[in-house]
Amino acid sequence: MYMQDWDIEFSHLDAGYGARRVLRDVSAILPAGKISVILGESGSGKSTLLRHVTGLSRPLGGMVRIGGRDIFALPPAEFRRLRRQTGVLFQDGALLGALNLAQNVALPLSEHLALPEHLLREAALRVLAMVGLEAFADYYPNQLSGGMRKRAGLARAIVAEPRILLCDEPTSGLDPVTAARMDELLLSMHARYPEMTLVVVSHDLAGFRILAEHVLVIRDGGLIFAGTPKSLLDSRDAYLRQFLERRSGDAGQTPHRPMNHRVHAELVKWLTS
Amino acid sequence: MANFFAPVVALGQRGISAAVAVGDTTVFMLSGLAHMFSGVRIFPRTLRQLYVIGYKSFFVILLIGVFCGMVLGLQGYYTLVKFGSVGLLGSAVSLSLVRELGPVLTAIMLTGRAGSSMAAEIGVMRITDQIDALEVMDINPVAYLVSPRLLAAMISFPLLTAVFDVIGIIGGYLTGVLMLNINEGAYFYRISSSVTMPDLTGGFVKSFVFGLLVTTVCCRQGYTAHRRGDSVGPEAVGNATTSAVVISCVLILAADYVLTSFLL
Repeated sequence: MYMQDWDIEFSHLDAGYGARRVLRDVSAILPAGKISVILGESGSGKSTLLRHVTGLSRPLGGMVRIGGRDIFALPPAEFRRLRRQTGVLFQDGALLGALNLAQNVALPLSEHLALPEHLLREAALRVLAMVGLEAFADYYPNQLSGGMRKRAGLARAIVAEPRILLCDEPTSGLDPVTAARMDELLLSMHARYPEMTLVVVSHDLAGFRILAEHVLVIRDGGLIFAGTPKSLLDSRDAYLRQFLERRSGDAGQTPHRPMNHRVHAELVKWLTS
Repeated sequence: MANFFAPVVALGQRGISAAVAVGDTTVFMLSGLAHMFSGVRIFPRTLRQLYVIGYKSFFVILLIGVFCGMVLGLQGYYTLVKFGSVGLLGSAVSLSLVRELGPVLTAIMLTGRAGSSMAAEIGVMRITDQIDALEVMDINPVAYLVSPRLLAAMISFPLLTAVFDVIGIIGGYLTGVLMLNINEGAYFYRISSSVTMPDLTGGFVKSFVFGLLVTTVCCRQGYTAHRRGDSVGPEAVGNATTSAVVISCVLILAADYVLTSFLL
């Protein structure tokens, strides 16, 4: 299979949950073998876009193509084959609580390959070492910090050496040092597996500057930018400038309504009691 | 005019939703049963579920069984003594337990003890993306989560029912023979002479069916916790667990009536 076979393409994609439309007419290509970053405000539809690439949600309209083929029109066996080539890092890692880290990380292998226990553990330890968690192989997810769970989730996502790696907000909720470490980890993953198509959904601008080779920006369910990081940084578009410069856009216009006098009186009474 | 038909429309919609839920649950159960034969990986997971459903419920079943038998002995004695038939206490206790109380009470106890935990565990997995994670790893969540539980329930419900029956008969012995001085030989003779093979088979058929129903309902409630219309997040898991227990208990009693009418 050639590298361009792993291009991810959205074609006039409409998506939503029930009556609520989350994405409208999104058309873009995430090139194979590159790191694409999908930026946007919270609730803009970034994670929904990712769910459509994994096949967890079906589009209301339009198509998601991988290697030029509509993934929702693939025969079941081919769709399953595609899934085996796709690794996903969920927002909180989504590690199985009943399994320790080594078992969690080895899960994609232990469920599909007939390998002895010691080889599965060895495979798990190999990728756990890559994310700096080899010493925590026997820990359970609830014994780890949020950052460690994300790194373990990343280890599980790459254990089968997928051609596509999708990361949903890999640095959200992490302190700046841990977030930077996560970004470096993703870069090192890409260096190690250069043919891998890496898609990172984020609103972390620092991470975007380090990682991105291709960028999409989504606003209110619509695609407003697709291109290189340089062209995004050079953009004169008012919203993009505001987003990149981390300005709220309505500074000084925050509506101020006085507190109801009875609520205020009760509050004062409670605070001084 | 629209308002005039609104109650009828609402009733119809509820009826359709109920029919869809029954259909979905049946498909869910059949899918779980079909995946039992999809490979040997089910066995270690089934062993774990046998431990959770079977072993961890064992002592509760012992406790409930002995008290149930003691109450049956006590109530049976004071009813039979009015007709001068206390010698039939062994029959009354054993037949009540083997035909009805054993399978039904065991299933209700297991619903509270193991079914609720199934619904909560799978519900938490659903709202924390763990089930989605299984799907994207090309691991069938029904095969991974539901099939081992169904298999374990099909084994452990009848076995625990047998334990309940035996312990209940011992409970009846404690009150009837040791406390109320019924003849010990008469008590056991009546048991062996009145309980027939069809009684035992019927009891086990019931417990097998209850195991399937309870596990299917509890797993499905957890599995679809994210689709509940009344709540989201942890509250949805709590509501799913409550629904699982309530629906299971109602279904146990309804299925008991249907099965009894066929088995008698």
